[in-house]
Amino acid sequence: MKTYLHIDWTSCDGRGLCTELLPGVLDRDDWGYPVARGKAGRERTDVPLRDADREAAEEAVFLCPKLALSLQQRAAQEPAPRTPGGGARDTGTRH
Amino acid sequence: MSQARDTRPSAPRDGYQDAYRDDFNGTVPTAPLQAPQHASPRQEPRLLAAGPEADWARHLEAFGPWEPQAGGPGLLDALGASGLTGRGGAAFETWRKATAAAGTGKKGVFTARPVVIANGAEGEPLSFKDRTLLAHAPHLVLDGLFALGGALGGAGLYVYAPAVTLPPVQQALAERPGGKRVRVVQSPETFISGESSAVVNMIGNGAAVPTDQRRRLSESGLHGRPTLVVNVETLAQVALIARYGAPWFREAGTPTDPGTRLVSVSGPAPVRDVVLEVPGGADLSAVLAEAGMPSGSVSAVLVGGYHGRWVRPAEHALSPVGPPARTVRPGAGVIHALGTDACGIQATAGIVSYLAGQSARQCGPCMFGLPAMASVLNRIAGGERNPRLTAELDRLGRLVSGRGACRHPEGTTGLVGSALEVFAADFRAHLSGYCAAPGGAAA
Repeated sequence: MKTYLHIDWTSCDGRGLCTELLPGVLDRDDWGYPVARGKAGRERTDVPLRDADREAAEEAVFLCPKLALSLQQRAAQEPAPRTPGGGARDTGTRH
Repeated sequence: MSQARDTRPSAPRDGYQDAYRDDFNGTVPTAPLQAPQHASPRQEPRLLAAGPEADWARHLEAFGPWEPQAGGPGLLDALGASGLTGRGGAAFETWRKATAAAGTGKKGVFTARPVVIANGAEGEPLSFKDRTLLAHAPHLVLDGLFALGGALGGAGLYVYAPAVTLPPVQQALAERPGGKRVRVVQSPETFISGESSAVVNMIGNGAAVPTDQRRRLSESGLHGRPTLVVNVETLAQVALIARYGAPWFREAGTPTDPGTRLVSVSGPAPVRDVVLEVPGGADLSAVLAEAGMPSGSVSAVLVGGYHGRWVRPAEHALSPVGPPARTVRPGAGVIHALGTDACGIQATAGIVSYLAGQSARQCGPCMFGLPAMASVLNRIAGGERNPRLTAELDRLGRLVSGRGACRHPEGTTGLVGSALEVFAADFRAHLSGYCAAPGGAAA
């Protein structure tokens, strides 16, 4: 099992607390929202955590003023919980 | 087997055209097809074989009697053997999606009744194949909806579609047995309204915006039930597979992209918008020629929609899989050609501005990043001579990608990335102070 830090982008307001608690994991973008360092695609929303970062991540989940963070336990190979594609039409589009 | 095969659609009827000219409002097509100027893999109509505005009687006459039990447990196996993929954009295997929803309902002490939603929301401004299908073959879509609902052990059934397509759907539901079981929900005319979590959110809460998905919709969707959101064309294909079987379905297309798909083809005036049914793996140039655009008349083609990509009108196979250099993913079936006098950067800037405006404004990177990308593109399109602008566009694209509740940011980034690649010479020209296209603003 692997631990992931899930960012709910619909709740995140870019307050930046998580980026201070997890400076090695999260950077801030032009507008203050967290960006997972060195990650691409889905791993920027479900950020894989090392064991060493686990405690700080739990604190970030607890302290996030927008309650936008959560920890998820998943087997490492399991695909992320989203239908591929989507977009606007089933969008994938698009949905 | 032979009984069933006898009733399958064969040759077009007298006076019936195999292409649908559509002026975006689902009216009866009348214009005949132009003779193709290139040899093209002509496809016998399957989905629209019952003719324009087919009612229940004409539907049954064209496709054969409908056994409601066609949606038995065997249907999921048939879908697996058919290799059908979703026609709404993602091209995910339909059987896999359906099996996931079928499996999760049985976990635990209480079994939650699954839900199947026919998704007819067509937010793509350049797409009109779904509303054409709902206008002319609503019963085929409903057959597929009932079949899939049956295969999932009696699921709750919904049709989600824009206002213009509701009259034919409601008429079809009124004239067929069991039609009262299906609930109809109107989708708003926004780009994002057809995204699957937005569909579930609209039906459940009246807000057609994507939601944060910690669990798959197939596990917990509408009211916490296992939910299957399926594009209406995909459902029509399911109905054909339920009737005629997987081997028949695979008679069209290629082994890796079996069956047929509808495409919405549009181009520079005087080319008229047309819906074509093409076999899987169809050649893009042949499809353009069939729509009245011979090679040489267009400079670039947008394939897949506003979340798709630009390609040169060269030898590209329309298929979700294949070698990247010679394959272009059909996405939601949008094929839009750019005239030789149009500026690709200006066209892309217009699209990205539209997409930025269509952000649901829920997720920061999308709400701020997309307008930033649109702004940079508009500056380049307008002729600003700043060589750092393309690098900035690239940086913004990489910044927003993967960071949102839905795929709106990376869909936009993908389109911009393809523009940077296909219109590379135009970008260099703009940044040197001129535009290669006669219609460009930087000229």
